[in-house]
Amino acid sequence: MDFYITALLQGLCFAGIALGIYISMKIFNIPDITTDGSYALGGIVTGVMLTHGYPLSVSLIAVLAAGALAGALTGIIHTWLKINALLAGILVMTALYSVNLTIAGRSNLPLINTASVFSVFGFTTDPNLNNLILLILVVAIITGFIGYLLKTDFGIAMRATGNSETMIRALGVNTNRMKIIGLALANALTALSGFLITQLQGFADISMGIGIVIIGLGSVIIGETLINWFKLTSVWGSLLLVLAGAVVFQMVLAVTLALGVNANLLKLVTAIIVLLIVSLPRLALLKSND
Amino acid sequence: MIKLDNVTKIFNKGQANEVRAIEELSLTINPQEYVVIVGANGSGKSTLLNLVAGSIRPTSGEIILDGQTVTRLADYERSRWIARVFQNPLSGTAPDLSILDNFRLAALRTQRKGFGIGTTAAFKKQVQEKVATLGMELENKLEQPMGTLSGGQRQALTLLMSVMDECRILLLDEPTAALDPRSANLVMEAANQLINNFKLTAILITHNLKDAHLYGNRLIQMGEGRILQDFATVNKSKLTQNKIFEWFS
Repeated sequence: MDFYITALLQGLCFAGIALGIYISMKIFNIPDITTDGSYALGGIVTGVMLTHGYPLSVSLIAVLAAGALAGALTGIIHTWLKINALLAGILVMTALYSVNLTIAGRSNLPLINTASVFSVFGFTTDPNLNNLILLILVVAIITGFIGYLLKTDFGIAMRATGNSETMIRALGVNTNRMKIIGLALANALTALSGFLITQLQGFADISMGIGIVIIGLGSVIIGETLINWFKLTSVWGSLLLVLAGAVVFQMVLAVTLALGVNANLLKLVTAIIVLLIVSLPRLALLKSND
Repeated sequence: MIKLDNVTKIFNKGQANEVRAIEELSLTINPQEYVVIVGANGSGKSTLLNLVAGSIRPTSGEIILDGQTVTRLADYERSRWIARVFQNPLSGTAPDLSILDNFRLAALRTQRKGFGIGTTAAFKKQVQEKVATLGMELENKLEQPMGTLSGGQRQALTLLMSVMDECRILLLDEPTAALDPRSANLVMEAANQLINNFKLTAILITHNLKDAHLYGNRLIQMGEGRILQDFATVNKSKLTQNKIFEWFS
């Protein structure tokens, strides 16, 4: 049972990555893989700040700012230098590995007796349940923020940027600036996931970000499948299903591990699961076209 | 007022595939003039329109809107003066956004897109009333994604969107090229009404010589990046449709 609760907690921690990828891939139509770097950056900054005794609030702001900076950098490389978004993301992600190593000073930062968001509130005595309530609160707050943002005039302009660039430029929006802001926001959310997971698992690691982008992609793709399933067009519904995607994805992984699959094969299993989710709707479509 | 002063546009300058799209062209369009531009493919019509809109910048020369030099301003900075309708109905609207969201952005063309929620009940009512004037029965479908509408409906809505905010100049780049004849007529009529009612300065690019004859109060024929003929109000009304056809034979 604990196994599945852990998966649920992890899924909620990864909500930031899922929403981040949703913003970059679905809203802005940009394949951004800065994620691996900005997630680890979030974790490492958290580790360094907390072990140096900075309060949680300051650490959180530093994490969000660091993630936003990484995303903005990808955005600037992509828009100003007109470099393919994938390459821009790879460049920043690669550079961040060294940056992270330099900030951390070593490859692993254990958090022992440091402040933690998970011990701020004592809702119940059961630590797992306590963590769950806190994560639901955090996820509710960021989802509320993103949902509101997308409903505002600025948010409509964001959505139009990824949907019809000629139109939104003719309507007076600097799309380059908009994309930079969007990628900054997406990677700040990703760094937030790093912030949460570091405290949940009690350490930050230089390699924690490797292959993490697939979790965001998988969550968004599961979410999208559900969105098409329910034929949703509302912003709130879409966001909720992306969150559901993040949790479902972790659950599926947990089940696979519980079935006795070697943990060394985790990334392979992850890749295969994402491939299955992507291809299932197409295979179904092929069949119906016969 | 739109003024082009000795404007030249050369694509791929100095390379083997160099194209001299516009050659030392000067043109003044007065307020409330509705200029129709005709010309063969490659005559520079679309380049001219893109230069006015700011999608591309001239190799040399100046572009002046309402007395202000805008040569160095990007397209999104010129939206203060200019509204556009594109050849492709997909370019003028955002397909995945609702009709209402599209209108909200259009209503803020000259303004900042802020962090308040602007798609209020009052705004929706205002859009409903405007959309109802088209007689396309779209006024109760404002939550529907724009992409579910036909090309003709989208072009008509794009036109309407152009006057949601203060508008002085309307650029129409072959707005009916992708439409069936009936929708094309509806869109051209709607454009004509808006231009008259809102006293707009307008440029229409068209390959439809019937439209070129019927609409506008000034007719320009372009060829090889230059103005070949220019008929102002009185002279344009004297032109017959056959005469215009002869230019292309």
